[in-house]
Amino acid sequence: MKPIIKIENLSKQYRLGTIGTGTVKKDLQRWWAQVRGKEDPFLKIGDTNDRSTKGNSEFVWALRNINLEVFPGEVLGIIGKNGAGKSTLLKILSKVTGPTTGKIHFNGRIGSLLEVGTGFHPELTGRDNIFLNGAILGMTKAEIRCKMDEIVDFSGCERYIDTPVKRYSSGMTVRLGFAVAAHLEPEILVVDEVLAVGDAEFQKKAIGKIQDVSQNHGRTVLFVSHNMASIVRLCTNTIILNNGMLEKMLPPEAAVSYYTNQMNSETGGYVASQAANQVQVSVLSARLINDEGMESYSIGMGKNWKIEIQIQVPVDTDSVIVGIGVETALHTSIRRCWTDPIFYKEGVYTVTLYEDHIWYLPGVYHITIGISSKKIVLDYIEGALSFEITEYSDKVELITTHNAIIANPMKFTSVKC
Amino acid sequence: MSSFQQTIKPRDNFFNLRLGEIWQYRDLLILLVTRDFIAKFKQTLLGPAWFIVRPLLQTVTYTFIFGSVAKLPTDGVPKSLFYLAGITCWSYFSNCLTATSGTFTKNASLFGKVYFPRAVMPISLILSNLIQMGIQMILFLLFFFTYLIKGAHIQVKPELYLFPVLILIMGFMGLGLGMFISAVTTKYRDLSYLVTFGTQLVMYGTPVIYPLSLLEQKAEKWAWIVKYNPMSSIVETFRYSFLGSGEMRWKLLLYSGVFTVIIFLLGLLVFNRTEKNFMDTV
Repeated sequence: MKPIIKIENLSKQYRLGTIGTGTVKKDLQRWWAQVRGKEDPFLKIGDTNDRSTKGNSEFVWALRNINLEVFPGEVLGIIGKNGAGKSTLLKILSKVTGPTTGKIHFNGRIGSLLEVGTGFHPELTGRDNIFLNGAILGMTKAEIRCKMDEIVDFSGCERYIDTPVKRYSSGMTVRLGFAVAAHLEPEILVVDEVLAVGDAEFQKKAIGKIQDVSQNHGRTVLFVSHNMASIVRLCTNTIILNNGMLEKMLPPEAAVSYYTNQMNSETGGYVASQAANQVQVSVLSARLINDEGMESYSIGMGKNWKIEIQIQVPVDTDSVIVGIGVETALHTSIRRCWTDPIFYKEGVYTVTLYEDHIWYLPGVYHITIGISSKKIVLDYIEGALSFEITEYSDKVELITTHNAIIANPMKFTSVKC
Repeated sequence: MSSFQQTIKPRDNFFNLRLGEIWQYRDLLILLVTRDFIAKFKQTLLGPAWFIVRPLLQTVTYTFIFGSVAKLPTDGVPKSLFYLAGITCWSYFSNCLTATSGTFTKNASLFGKVYFPRAVMPISLILSNLIQMGIQMILFLLFFFTYLIKGAHIQVKPELYLFPVLILIMGFMGLGLGMFISAVTTKYRDLSYLVTFGTQLVMYGTPVIYPLSLLEQKAEKWAWIVKYNPMSSIVETFRYSFLGSGEMRWKLLLYSGVFTVIIFLLGLLVFNRTEKNFMDTV
């Protein structure tokens, strides 16, 4: 099959710092080089875009030599840390900014959804804004009129449709904005993190719509998200960007585990980012240990694991409960476990919680850690750790319930009557 | 590579005007004009009548200060009509210029999120200013007919047919200059400070409150500055065709026309070139 998008050696350079009289000199140098037909002198320099380290150059490469082919009907997930170049790539694709070097070839229209409700005017009614926003996104008036009922219906804002948008709640504005964008019909749709907003029902609707667009209408979607669950659910292929470079191209499940693994190996489990709380009990660090006593990200299905939580107790505290919550990749809470309330004297302790005989089905899970005392929350770290359950089948005789989250053999009796 | 229909490159051909693309977005153009118009008068009682208040007050002030106090001649035409004619023309041009000159800086957040041919934005501003100009023309015609009935010294000339041409020239000149300035100010804002008071100053270098003939009599040495101000012949022709003041100067009008074509093409080219990467510097 022929690719619908072909990216060749794409790079984007950004300048750091402020623009002022100091930058005129470099502009003139650049212009002079151009006049003489020479190469831009500042393209040779430039650091990789690692936001946390101090660089030598004021020029950084937000994207460097990206080569990529995307095929029709594909849903390509783009993952990476903040500042990895995900949004820059989408911006270049949606023609908001141009590349520094390199080219992108594509067929058809590119519709971009970098933000919902772009260009909404607060004084105009919802209906007027649907027209305006649709036109900004590249639809014609006739197209919008045709889909008006569908859009209003999808947004669920029927009652407010003839009220100025400034009277809308922020959630409603988002719904209306997404509803318009969802009814765009470009061959290529570029979506940036817009699903992060809105309530659960709406997110479900939005994800469903994107799935529908790609599967039933054969359109190509490029999708940036930090939500690994939606990457796995939506995408057919995934790329991982790291410091502006394309690091890996993998199927979504593999990409997510590669990426979370990488994130975890970088942080080494969970380590409290701020200095320990001097007033009340707090979590210092946490790590996941597999059945061989090794710190690990991947756990074989059906194997036991434990979590070691180091806590700091600055003053003697009574009835301290340490608890964990296990959530699916979709952030559905599936399990809460806790210790008995214990009196802790001042000091640092390691609390270990053991997960025995509970079999999670393969997938990525997150662990939230909480500490409380007498019904008062002392510390609460959402998504402190992530782990992945991998297929491990020599104990498992019966896995037919793929929709289940927890599966395990149950204690049973069998008596002849 | 020819199998692909479109390509995104670091630089496009400089001489690509991309007018076809703007035509594709004509619906957006119309919606932006209506948005501008509706949003301006939401929650006001007088609505579009506000367009008339400003030239009316300006005319009253000018008639008093320049007409009655300074006693500047008006080529024998009723004073208030003379000033209103100049103000109507000048305010259309200066509104077009100031509105479009901030295109990139004012719309940065919108332009940063979605692509459409950026030139649609300034063009929509020109059109909504045209509506404003139309309403102000009603005021002018009201004055015009009142004086005509009263039998004032007014001669309508056959060159009245030039009126649409004048409107076109003013619109495109404002658009061209505005696009040029907005493109230049994305990185260094210096020029944007000049625009606001610059247009006020240039008004005095345009025969708005005095006839060109006065300058030629009183300050011959400096008259060329005003003569070669491309707006001068527009205002003069407007007044000549409606009121019969001054004389028809074809050469100057032609000069304004040529100037407009050049400045518009230059403005559009620079604008198109800037729109690609302006998000990085704005």
